[in-house]
Amino acid sequence: MKHLLSAGDLDRAQAVTILDTAAAMAATQERQIKKLPTLRGRTVVNLFFEDSTRTRISFETAAKRLSADVINFSAKGSSVSKGESLKDTAQTLQAMGADAVVIRHHASGAPHRLAHAGWTAGAVVNAGDGTHQHPTQALLDAYTLRRHLVGLRGGTDPVGHDLAGLHVAIVGDVLHSRVARSNVQLLHTLGARVTLVAPPTLVPVGVESWTADVSYHLDDVLDQGPDAVMMLRVQRERMGGGGFFPSPWEYTRGYGLDARRLARLPEHAIVMHPGPMNRGLEISADAADADRSVVVEQVANGVAVRMAVLYLVLAGQEQPTVDGQIGASA
Amino acid sequence: MTAYLIRGASILGEGVADVLVQDGRVAAIGATASDDTSAVVVPGEGLVLLPGLVDLHTHLREPGREDAETIWSGTRAAALGGFTCVHAMANTNPVQDTAGVVEQVWRLGRDAGWADVRPVGAVTVGLAGTQLAELGTMAASAAAVRVFSDDGRCVHDPVVMRRALEYAKAFDGVIAQHAQEPALTATAQMHEGLVSAELGLAGWPAVAEEAIIARDVLLAEHVGSRLHVLHLSTAGSVEIVRWAKGRGIDVTAEATPHHLYLTDELVRGYDPVFKVNPPLRTAADVEAVRAGLADGTIDVVGTDHAPHPREDKDCEWAAAAFGMTGLETALSVVQAAMVETGRMTWADVARVMSFTPAVIGRVADQGRPVQVGEPANLTLVDPAVRRVVRPQDQATASLNTPFAGMELPGRVVATFLHGRPTVLDGALVERAGASS
Repeated sequence: MKHLLSAGDLDRAQAVTILDTAAAMAATQERQIKKLPTLRGRTVVNLFFEDSTRTRISFETAAKRLSADVINFSAKGSSVSKGESLKDTAQTLQAMGADAVVIRHHASGAPHRLAHAGWTAGAVVNAGDGTHQHPTQALLDAYTLRRHLVGLRGGTDPVGHDLAGLHVAIVGDVLHSRVARSNVQLLHTLGARVTLVAPPTLVPVGVESWTADVSYHLDDVLDQGPDAVMMLRVQRERMGGGGFFPSPWEYTRGYGLDARRLARLPEHAIVMHPGPMNRGLEISADAADADRSVVVEQVANGVAVRMAVLYLVLAGQEQPTVDGQIGASA
Repeated sequence: MTAYLIRGASILGEGVADVLVQDGRVAAIGATASDDTSAVVVPGEGLVLLPGLVDLHTHLREPGREDAETIWSGTRAAALGGFTCVHAMANTNPVQDTAGVVEQVWRLGRDAGWADVRPVGAVTVGLAGTQLAELGTMAASAAAVRVFSDDGRCVHDPVVMRRALEYAKAFDGVIAQHAQEPALTATAQMHEGLVSAELGLAGWPAVAEEAIIARDVLLAEHVGSRLHVLHLSTAGSVEIVRWAKGRGIDVTAEATPHHLYLTDELVRGYDPVFKVNPPLRTAADVEAVRAGLADGTIDVVGTDHAPHPREDKDCEWAAAAFGMTGLETALSVVQAAMVETGRMTWADVARVMSFTPAVIGRVADQGRPVQVGEPANLTLVDPAVRRVVRPQDQATASLNTPFAGMELPGRVVATFLHGRPTVLDGALVERAGASS
């Protein structure tokens, strides 16, 4: 794996390998000394054109746990407004010897350009581009789903397994969501069934080619007994200007996950959210803090998954010999 | 003035005859053409002789963006593409919204001498869409403007559009509309459909073009004016124009080479060389535009040649400028899309790329039949050649051709502008004393 640009680029075997590697990484994180020497001497640049403290910290933690040197490059603003172009920034990082560039950009396709325009030779990891893709989020979601819903369940890692047979509802602003796009592709690749739930204004024209069902009615989908409900962040700005829905209240009434809807879920079903949550809008405090909510665990799993991704793009085909000990199937 | 004998070419792809070019005119056709033994012979065996091509839609960028193109470089590209007349769009800086600016562009074109440059006048002051520019004064100027357009922007206010359509009747002008409903396309990056949904790029829906065309043909009918629709790109637009023509509305329409040949699938690589406005559409739209051009619903092919400096394309998609160059590939693309598919003859090509554009633009001495006594604006094409498009080899000052690396049929061998060759043997004929 040279780059990770889109969840759609991964086949089942690659995706399962990443999840299995993440499991091995997670196992090392339960030790007292969490740091592994795997990427010692390698340089990872976090190139963030968009504010995202959570994702940046997650990647930074992942890289540091693998002993990589980490440079955080916050380039808010862009060539659109003023200042340095993406090309010049990329060439600068190349000159400084970046082995991998983790990029978050407001423009869809920016990581693809970075990887293919000849501006840099390093590995490119997409940390979220516009309304296009957020593949590590989808991977950490798949990892979380697998831990809870596959095999023995309850926090063990069913290494080698995919998500065959699971039904996941993704609820909210699908139109603007890179998380939804990545998850639709990855969960399908891993054998799960996905139902997108949103008001029609927040479903993109062209969704018919996606590997997912679409419903405008959350309650109907909950009655199907999904194994997981993934709530997407809804930005309050969406109702101004664009007028995607009439009011926050009406949105919550139709699509918010509250205690009443939570109670309709099957006992084993989990509640997910990529964060940050708008409590009271797409998710109530009852749902966010429920026992079946895995929102906080998603964050922790994010570090393990990003360790796996950085490891796989940088260490290539080598066997993991971290600490001399962790094998791929640890 | 040197005389030229074009020997053995097929005129409009039909009969083969020698053609003598002398003193700016077609002096003789057939057996008598070779009477003048002093004429320079241009071998035309196996080639097709067309009237010089006329483009109703060229962005020459001067004044204001000489880093992208100048009138000199753009008209050299035009000559190499077989054009003898180009209409220079109004979105320059300063905007071509006064007699002073259109006369400047017209004079620069005349001084360069590579093609007749007919400036397009802005419909509204500063292309702002609110106040009519001085259309009458531009029409009466030395530039004799007949085509008016805010191209790049839509004249979206229906009252302003109505007034412009009405007002232009006094001097036989035509309003050339860039049909794009602005509110429906506020953040648009590409055609809205299956590909945009996947790529996460904001969509430019077909309805944003079709709604304006539908409104405008009804306005044109209401006030009895003529309307020209620029760069029509969707199947729905073709249907609306077909319907309007059926009603007798005085509307003409243009398709670009890229909308006849390329689809939104090309956007998947996020290379901004494929970013254009209106955007590349679906294969079904391309098919409908081809059918519309073949059956006469679409009257002309206009290049929408839109050069941009490298930095405006060498970036992420959202930051890139809209537009692609086209003068040096237009004829080849039309050959590939229409002639080689059997949908059009070379006579049809002459109609949509020369005769009809000249009529719409009211250019008296361009787009004329290849007949004795007519102005010698001629293009000699070798349809048998196949060539790979190389941006660096083009005369345009910009590199943003979407056809880079593609193999296209046909090559312009010679172009004559009022009897003088601007291109011979496929290369520009430099003139002593001419400068950039």
